Amino acid sequence: MDAFIELRGVRKAWNEGLPNQFWAVDGIDLDLARGCVTLLTGPSGSGKTTLLTLLGALSRPTEGRVRLAGEDVSSLPERFLTERRRHNFGFVFQQFNLIRGLSVLENVMLPAYPLAPPHGELRARALQLLRELGLEHRSEARVEWLSGGEAQRAAIARALINDPPVIIADEPTANLDTHLSMAFLAIVERLKAQGRTVILSSHDALVSEAPVVDRIVSLRDGKVVG
Amino acid sequence: MRHWIARQRYLIDYTVAALARRKAKNAGLLAVYTALVFLVASVLLYSHALKREAAYLLQAAPEVVVQKLTAGRHDLVPASYIEKLRDIRGVRSVEGRLWGYYFDPLVAANFTVMAPSDRALPAGSIAIGEGIARTRGAAEGDVMAVRGYDGALILLRVAEVLPQSANIVTSDLLLMGETDFQALFGIRPGHYTDVTLSVAHPREVRKVAEKVVLLLPDTRPVLREEVLRTYEAVFDWREGIVLTLLVGAGLAFAILAWEKASGLSADERREIGVLKAVGWETGDVLKMKLWEGALVSGFAFLAGFTLAYWHVFTFSAPLFAPVLKGWSVLYPDFSLTPAVDGLQLASLFLFTVVPYIAATLIPVWRAAVTDPDTVMR
Repeated sequence: MDAFIELRGVRKAWNEGLPNQFWAVDGIDLDLARGCVTLLTGPSGSGKTTLLTLLGALSRPTEGRVRLAGEDVSSLPERFLTERRRHNFGFVFQQFNLIRGLSVLENVMLPAYPLAPPHGELRARALQLLRELGLEHRSEARVEWLSGGEAQRAAIARALINDPPVIIADEPTANLDTHLSMAFLAIVERLKAQGRTVILSSHDALVSEAPVVDRIVSLRDGKVVG
Repeated sequence: MRHWIARQRYLIDYTVAALARRKAKNAGLLAVYTALVFLVASVLLYSHALKREAAYLLQAAPEVVVQKLTAGRHDLVPASYIEKLRDIRGVRSVEGRLWGYYFDPLVAANFTVMAPSDRALPAGSIAIGEGIARTRGAAEGDVMAVRGYDGALILLRVAEVLPQSANIVTSDLLLMGETDFQALFGIRPGHYTDVTLSVAHPREVRKVAEKVVLLLPDTRPVLREEVLRTYEAVFDWREGIVLTLLVGAGLAFAILAWEKASGLSADERREIGVLKAVGWETGDVLKMKLWEGALVSGFAFLAGFTLAYWHVFTFSAPLFAPVLKGWSVLYPDFSLTPAVDGLQLASLFLFTVVPYIAATLIPVWRAAVTDPDTVMR
């Protein structure tokens, strides 16, 4: 399979130039294929989240190169990087990062605002996603009133609103019980069936043992160890 | 273009929702902001309207007033001077005036006393302004007692209370006949307080003034334009004093705005990070904040200015009138003609709205240009 995302010699430093500088990701080479479900696993502090942000163009590597569909995005100007991110990635954050005070529907529609599609069309698409995720009845509820599982499904709908080919989820089951974790994995199966690439980070055995996962990348101290 | 409009609509929708989410904080800011615009706009509107009013009234004032000086002090002008002034080429008419101030210990106020040449008041009769009638409780037909220069009591009957239409001028005015005036102040017949000149050609006013000084070296001609300039300077000075006092309020607001803007809370920073992460460009975030700043400051500006307009032109500026008007005790109870100076309006906008928007945008810009991951951490 062709590599959709390629990392070559990628390093990411935190507190760069300060006495407490450390390398959260330390020299990673990695190829991720289209349509696969990849799991990044490892103990806390192993660099999973940092690697996810590099893969999803949420941050730039201190050293090395990140290629997306063959294009080097490591040194793209901010504006172009945002455009690549918008068209290619949907994010489900560990704490979901829904905007409080807004309704579920408004949160789901948010990533599409800069594209300015017709309002009716956008609303219909958002409601369709919420229907598919079993959350349509909560579309007008404010997100702070959602349960953990509902908040995660709202975050997934938000990640899908621009129809990106890659979905990135950071510790998606960390705040869910077993039943909801299984429900999440079922959603991942559907995403995979739609031909999307899914990148997860988790140290939950339920996820690492799930049949939907095609590949597991183990990390320790910012390095790939397996 | 339609795409641009649709995008702005989405950004405004989000901005309005964002403002509604922080109701208490934004309402507090809006209240302080509106109050500041209201205070500054009230001072500007009021002093501008007063200057306009003064300029309007001075249109009817004599082009030149001639005063006699003795030892550098204002002295009475003998009637013989009037004849000499009449002979100057270019002078159309000359008139001696009798006027002065009378301090009334009963109400502890100064009245402006005049013996008008254009209306004959019989001896013992007076016409009084609305302010005097109000403070002295006098009405037509009443007798008013005043004390002459020698301490003698003079009784005067109120023949008329002057109409309110000319209140800014007449509020503290007391009109009486020439003989009564001379008796009140001990002025010898054939002498005047000053002399007014009317000049045939407006461009010759300065030339005529020069001739007056040459002909009568102990006199000082005062031009109408000089009086107008003095009025403007006085009102500018008063306006400056009040505005200086308001600088404190302005600074407090600046600190509040800066606090609000630069002290982006962790939630606000995270929100910017999330917006960037889900595909908003730095420009989108800045535009959203620009709309937020424009809505808050625009509303505060309009509300503050409208309140100031009412305060000044409907309620006669009770907050600032005593300082800005500058009359002694008998404040005329009058309404100013509504007038707004475009330059003042633009300056007010520039000094309140623009700094606020800048203070809001700078810290947001700093957060928005940082990688979303870093901002969210």
